[in-house]
Amino acid sequence: MSALEPVIGLEVHAELLTRSKIFCACTAEFGGPPNTNVCPVCTGMPGVLPVLNRRVVEFAIRAGLATHCTTAPRSRFARKNYFYPDLPKGYQISMYELPLCTGGHLDVLVDGQAKRVGLTRIHMEEDTGKNIHDAHGDASLVDFNRSGVPLLEIVSEPDMRSVAEAGAYLRTLRSILQYLEICDGNMEEGSFRCDANVSVRPAGTTALGTKVEIKNMNSFRAVEKAIAYEIERQSDALARGERLVQETRLWDAEREETRSMRSKEHAHDYRYFPEPDLLPLVVERAWVDEIRATLPELPAARRERFVRDHQLSPYDADVLTQRKDVADYFEAGVAAGAAPKEMANWVMTELLRVVRDEKLDRALVIRNWPVTAAQLAGLAKLVDAGTINRNTAKGLIPRLRGTDRDPAELVAAEGLAQVSDRGALDAAVEDVIARHPAQVAEFHAGKERVLGFLVGQVMKATGGKANPQVVGELLRKALAG
Amino acid sequence: MTALHALSLREAAARVRRREVSATELVRDAFARIAAVDGRVGAFLTLDEAGALATAAAVDRRVAAGEDPGPLGGVPIGVKDIICTAGLRTTAGSRILERFVPSYDATVTARLRRAGAVIVGKLNCDEFAMGSSTENSALGTTRNPWDGARVPGGSSGGSGAAVAAHECHAALGTDTGGSVRLPAAFCGVAGLKPTYGRVSRYGVIAYASSLDQVGPIAREVADVAVVLEAIAGHDPADSTASPRPVPSYAAALDGSVRGLRLGLPREYLVEGMQPDVERGVRAAVAELERLGAAVEPVSLPHTEYAIATYYLIATAEASSNLARYDGIRYGLREPRPALTEMYEATRAAGFGAEVKRRIMLGTYALSAGYYDAYYLKAQQVRTLIRRDFQQALARCDALVTPVAPTTAFRLGEKTADPLTMYLSDIFTISVNLAGLPALALPCGFDGAGLPIGLQVIGRPFDEATVLRIGHAYEQATEWHHRSAPP
Repeated sequence: MSALEPVIGLEVHAELLTRSKIFCACTAEFGGPPNTNVCPVCTGMPGVLPVLNRRVVEFAIRAGLATHCTTAPRSRFARKNYFYPDLPKGYQISMYELPLCTGGHLDVLVDGQAKRVGLTRIHMEEDTGKNIHDAHGDASLVDFNRSGVPLLEIVSEPDMRSVAEAGAYLRTLRSILQYLEICDGNMEEGSFRCDANVSVRPAGTTALGTKVEIKNMNSFRAVEKAIAYEIERQSDALARGERLVQETRLWDAEREETRSMRSKEHAHDYRYFPEPDLLPLVVERAWVDEIRATLPELPAARRERFVRDHQLSPYDADVLTQRKDVADYFEAGVAAGAAPKEMANWVMTELLRVVRDEKLDRALVIRNWPVTAAQLAGLAKLVDAGTINRNTAKGLIPRLRGTDRDPAELVAAEGLAQVSDRGALDAAVEDVIARHPAQVAEFHAGKERVLGFLVGQVMKATGGKANPQVVGELLRKALAG
Repeated sequence: MTALHALSLREAAARVRRREVSATELVRDAFARIAAVDGRVGAFLTLDEAGALATAAAVDRRVAAGEDPGPLGGVPIGVKDIICTAGLRTTAGSRILERFVPSYDATVTARLRRAGAVIVGKLNCDEFAMGSSTENSALGTTRNPWDGARVPGGSSGGSGAAVAAHECHAALGTDTGGSVRLPAAFCGVAGLKPTYGRVSRYGVIAYASSLDQVGPIAREVADVAVVLEAIAGHDPADSTASPRPVPSYAAALDGSVRGLRLGLPREYLVEGMQPDVERGVRAAVAELERLGAAVEPVSLPHTEYAIATYYLIATAEASSNLARYDGIRYGLREPRPALTEMYEATRAAGFGAEVKRRIMLGTYALSAGYYDAYYLKAQQVRTLIRRDFQQALARCDALVTPVAPTTAFRLGEKTADPLTMYLSDIFTISVNLAGLPALALPCGFDGAGLPIGLQVIGRPFDEATVLRIGHAYEQATEWHHRSAPP
């Protein structure tokens, strides 16, 4: 049997960061005690009607423009009918035959190679409430706070051929939505959700194999693992001569496997029909142009610019441009006088570690950076000039935190500048040699490594302020003498 | 001296404004009337005497303070029980909402209150407005005030009967396929279905969203005009409500039809209709001609498809609109250990036979594989029906037809055969599909002394002309002065 290739399409649901819900004035904010952000409309009381939030349409158009979609001058909401306790009206207002945006694409980087993934459509819909089980004996409860929060459904073409491509697509898409400031992209909290359609077929053929939809993945890792698992499961099944069935499978993160949820025969008939309570959505060309004019520089363009203007490696540029706030921070540092490469290193090694450890990246825009870009640029400049060493600089980050102190001023005030004055270090060097005869002997016997130990002792004696390079030179000279 | 409850709405409001009678006296009189006759009529499902008296007292204070109590100030009005009233039970005539008390007012309810109206109670109707006789109400029987053995029409049967029996000066109904006009005709009063989008649907329990429209019922056309003016207009809570300004409908009632061109659709005077009805309508047309209108025959060729079209679109929308009655958040719940069983038991116990029939029809019409043949086709035919009217109304200012092929039929006469019942709406249903305004008003009586209804259909948003024609006819005739036996 010839080699099999996977065919992957992704369906993303992105919760929009509008202030109010899509069809009523309730706040769309995450959290809040159960059933406090609700009104007759989003709880489906008798007689109520939806009124479309204009901001949701604007956000959807932004997403469409950023992904090269065509915005339909006339689109329509439709009802998707099914019964479930978290769905108060017994139908979800979504779009079906006439979505808002169609026919776009996304260029993603996989191992440095560009790959274009087609976008089938982007449409708006309302989120459901949330069923809560096991909290009250055997009764289930429903929280409608999330009911009516606006969602974008973003559907890709089945254009991806590997787990890596799927991962890159998902990260690129999230990055774009974050740049547009329309979604915070938090998979763990469910504001960015992904279902995957996976099939396999003999490499080189064009007909699609039997498709399986995978749900219930709540991290990028889970999406990648689930797709990899599914490719393997399907390939193995075909290798054994089995027939695959079209079905929906759930990812079990604990057992790291997918399990069948329902087959095609049991698929819902959603009985879509045009939503009679809302007029067809007419979008004027002028409005689209107006929105286009406000689009920010997007990650791909910025990445290229960072390579070109700041001479960063493509890898560094990619890391720094995935989040708009990080890229902004980096550029603010450069503007404050830091050398781009030095600033890039500081941001990537020190700052993003703190951000990750403290989960500051949960927010769409990090406002409480450990230090300001100007402060970090100040530290980078001090290291670059040899005024302080890298370790001292690292140690200063917690001290600068929450203050507006200038690092140069702090270094001067506390006498933290590193000592490079040979005269001032000579005494310490001699003292260390005198107190460690054994190590000195080892050095003379050819153990070069011991020099490091001796440098460390001098550093310790000088309270870490000595310039380690100078200390090494002095030690070598003294030991040779 | 005319009893207070026999006054027209305008006269009652004028007397309150002139301090000749207090709102409290009007309301006490209305409740006395209700107590005297509603046992026989059965128009009301819920009465709110305490609330009504409190509102009346507030109106009286305003009048005493020299303030304008509003165009409906102090006038007792009834509201169909499918329209939400904050704090007052709203059942839609269904078991499933038998104990439902909304926390919000429908926009029309709020506008009635703002205009000074006193809401006396909630009026019976076919369950979720599905029916033509009010016999589909799960909560009570309403009888025709002209003959207690006959139906009041439907679905707004309580509204038609209450106004005809002088239990209130006006009432709100809703009209999805004729539900304001048929009871108005059967009960011998005036009722208007406004243009789709003229009146907000917010807070009106939905049956078929693209067809539903709230309309006033009163004993005189001029009263209908006053109530329409109070409830019509843009509503930010209903995207399908038109932002067009609301004209003064009362000012349009100049008593003249001279120079108007009226169309007489040949498809609406057909074999098999009750001869008295045809005679009454033809006489009314002759009267309008005598008053100076030019009458000409027109054709609405797709009329014969209207009922089939309506029963696909209306039921499809209903199957979705009624999905929210699931026993989860409000209304009836039949507890069961498993979710699906609870849904099934609740809806089986909560909905009546006609509602179930329409939900099933609509579910079927929207199902995968049938959508194109049924729902989509029906939408296409709807466009043809709308075009028929556009063409006829391009030549004519309005069309004149009977409201129904018969006068009020007997209770139980048609309940066994839904299709026969559906035919009661044969002359009203197309108007909803086309979204046009149409007025029903009395134009005579049959041999059994039952009122005959005349329908005047107008151009979109031209309620003014429709009301003007009805009013001119009314000025020239005496039918509206006849009251149902006390």
